[in-house]
Amino acid sequence: MNRVAITGAGTINALAHDVPGTLEAFREGRCGITELDIRDKDRLSIQIGGQVHNWDAEVHFNRQQIVLYDKFTQFTLLAAREAVAQSGLNFDGHLGYESGVVLGTAGGGVNTWDDNYRAVYEEGKNRVHPFVVPKLMNNAAASHLSMEFNLKGPAFSVATACASSNHAMGLAFQMVRSGSAKAMLTGGSESMLCFGGIKAWEGLRVMSKDACRPFSLNRNGMVQGEGAAVFVFEDYDHARARGAEIMAEVAGFAMTSDASDIVMPSKQGAARAIAGALRDARISGNQVGYINAHGTGTAANDKTECAAVADVFGQHADRLMISSTKSMHGHLIGGTGAVELLACIMALRDGVIAPTIGYEEPDPECALDVVPNTAREAQVDVVLSNAFAFGGLNAVLALRRA
Amino acid sequence: MAQTVKDQVVAIIAEQALLDPADVTLDSTLESLGIDSLGLVESIFAIEEAFDISVPFNANDPSESDFDISTVASIIAAVEALVAARPA
Repeated sequence: MNRVAITGAGTINALAHDVPGTLEAFREGRCGITELDIRDKDRLSIQIGGQVHNWDAEVHFNRQQIVLYDKFTQFTLLAAREAVAQSGLNFDGHLGYESGVVLGTAGGGVNTWDDNYRAVYEEGKNRVHPFVVPKLMNNAAASHLSMEFNLKGPAFSVATACASSNHAMGLAFQMVRSGSAKAMLTGGSESMLCFGGIKAWEGLRVMSKDACRPFSLNRNGMVQGEGAAVFVFEDYDHARARGAEIMAEVAGFAMTSDASDIVMPSKQGAARAIAGALRDARISGNQVGYINAHGTGTAANDKTECAAVADVFGQHADRLMISSTKSMHGHLIGGTGAVELLACIMALRDGVIAPTIGYEEPDPECALDVVPNTAREAQVDVVLSNAFAFGGLNAVLALRRA
Repeated sequence: MAQTVKDQVVAIIAEQALLDPADVTLDSTLESLGIDSLGLVESIFAIEEAFDISVPFNANDPSESDFDISTVASIIAAVEALVAARPA
């Protein structure tokens, strides 16, 4: 089995349009959640989100590209360019045949669906643009990445709701570890902050109208976000041999299914995924210093997640740190695990633990060290990243300091 | 004769609970009727559609919402109040 290194990272999200800016926001505990700036906002009861502001696609793409790229693809490409540039890899030669891309997205081109349904239903048009289908399909971002970077190995997308990115990165990890790929671009993207995308979420009545406050007693729901993060997962020896900077090592991964309820989380399912990731990484629980929580800010998730962590770690649960950066960038749904992996890398590489902001009141059912409101300096050797999706699908990654 | 608010609310709850409306008593709780969180959110949606009202309800903390769901009677009373407050 090969070891797996992370040699590049890129992102765009509500906090910043790149990794350095995002990590700075994490360190400062800055909130990227704002009033939404979208069409027909006045007909929404939820009017806040972790929206990417000051986004001008024409700065990054030409007109022919924009016709084919939904916003979720645009975000993915921008993040991938940053990640690949940092890695220093060039896939033009033989490496391209040994490299691929696995990306998570729950909704794919939701803005494209929304715009074109408007055109045919609301505006009564009987014709849509010829590229609607290739623009909205979930695999569009993966395919465009393969074309931009000449990735000719395995390429596909994964849709497991809020766990999509973690499932994608877990599969990429397994491919590099098994030797079926030398390098993989992986991560995820989501862009559903449009009228239809938010209206659908409103229906569930789990959204907050004012803020995302994970683990806080007065939390009142989740806040949607948008954006992408992409990483280069590379064979460790390959990275070492070429002198690449290794940001962190991906050490283990596990996925489980609750097989019980379509929306309510299960402590057992979450705990089995956490324990499974530790086992896969051959790491004992007391080595874990930090967990990037799923931490959605809903009543159900946060108490179930804390109970699962307490079950797996026993007394060590009181010593480790666990935080939810969704309080800052919102819940990126299928892209969320990817953006949150940045907080894991920051913890391992920079020794800074991102806080859970908006924390106001302790909840006895979430009685863990949630790093409230202020980032903390701490040296940690092993971290986990949790994702627990609607549908009862759980995916947990374990990372180790390089 | 027009259905009363009570009859309509009972019918909506009965449909969710897969019961005959006659078996839905005013002192029943949603739990006792076997209605889970998804059934509750669906019931509220059906109530909003039936009466053209907006029910203040957040699934994260039903007890903190201004809409009392502790029994069938309390739900009916809350819906009656919302219907009465509806703009003419």
